[in-house]
Amino acid sequence: MKVYIEKLDQFKEVDAKTVKELLKKLEINPTTVIVTVNDELVTDEVKIKENDEIKLLSVISGG
Amino acid sequence: MACDKCFEKPVIKVTGSENSFCKACFFKYFEKKVKKTITKYNLIEKNDHIIVAVSGGKDSTVLLNLLVKVLKGRDDVKITALAIDEGIKGYRDKSLEHIKKICEDLKVELKLFSYEKEFGKSLDEILKTYKGIPCSVCGVFRRYLLNKKSKEIGGNKLATGHNMDDEAQTILMNNFRNNIKVSARMGPITGIISDKRFIKRIKPLYFLTEKEITSYAYLKGLMDKFNECRHDSDSYRAQVRDMLNDFEAKYEGTKNGIITAFLEILPLLKKHYKEEEFDEIQNCKICEEPCSGEICKACTFVEKVIKN
Repeated sequence: MKVYIEKLDQFKEVDAKTVKELLKKLEINPTTVIVTVNDELVTDEVKIKENDEIKLLSVISGG
Repeated sequence: MACDKCFEKPVIKVTGSENSFCKACFFKYFEKKVKKTITKYNLIEKNDHIIVAVSGGKDSTVLLNLLVKVLKGRDDVKITALAIDEGIKGYRDKSLEHIKKICEDLKVELKLFSYEKEFGKSLDEILKTYKGIPCSVCGVFRRYLLNKKSKEIGGNKLATGHNMDDEAQTILMNNFRNNIKVSARMGPITGIISDKRFIKRIKPLYFLTEKEITSYAYLKGLMDKFNECRHDSDSYRAQVRDMLNDFEAKYEGTKNGIITAFLEILPLLKKHYKEEEFDEIQNCKICEEPCSGEICKACTFVEKVIKN
């Protein structure tokens, strides 16, 4: 599935069944992003499917 | 898995606990935490004129929205927004547009000051010749203007969007650098002694993490495309932040542990440094702003970096 990573402003291809697995495969620290699936904010436990639109939004924004 | 309060679909698991909340219950949790911080630490009092430091980032955007909400109907308390334009092309120019729109929507007066007008050069210009760490000079100028301009506008308190992450990072940085006296000035309301030359800073988002604030901003539709300052990764703070995030991921509750332990010893630190603080503060010989030496850091930078 295609995942948009805001910090890099790019899409990455990755296979995962849950948000938690997705973050682990991308080696992204879960405390540094919020995850939306089809524009809905979700927790790490949520299951994801091939056609879901997934975005990883960075929580860091210098002052 | 369901929301711990109402069994709706959860949107966030909050830090330092096993609680997951749906959108509505998260809003309640979040806003209650802000109100509790304001009440517990007496951050807002009758007839206050609160200057809200806004950067266009998520923290200050959420802060301004919440303060307007919390203070609705309080005719005795005034809010003014204050923004600093450092002059970082592609970063601050974009966020300033966001700030202007937010203030218009919330009907809050915005006061804008720039490095270029106040010091003679934008940060981009300064960095063409200054080869030190950008955040050092920028931080000094920003803190200087926030204090000076807040007083000039007539404010008696400065509200900032500092959150649990910021505070935990600063506590560690001060420890690593053996700067405990600086830590004594921290907390949800700053300062060791009451001195009119220093505007009191209040931090209503003190007990909320960056992740919680970003989630709130997203769910409330307050998210712009919040850029990270391109100089940020150069900073010592950025390294401490990354280390702390790694620790939080491995040992959940680390950040909360750091600030909770710090707040336990903070009254002792304030007491310990009180006398020293009274003796140390002078007025800068150039600009007359308060400082610990003869010349303040901002004027020192202006002489060394801008005029040379």
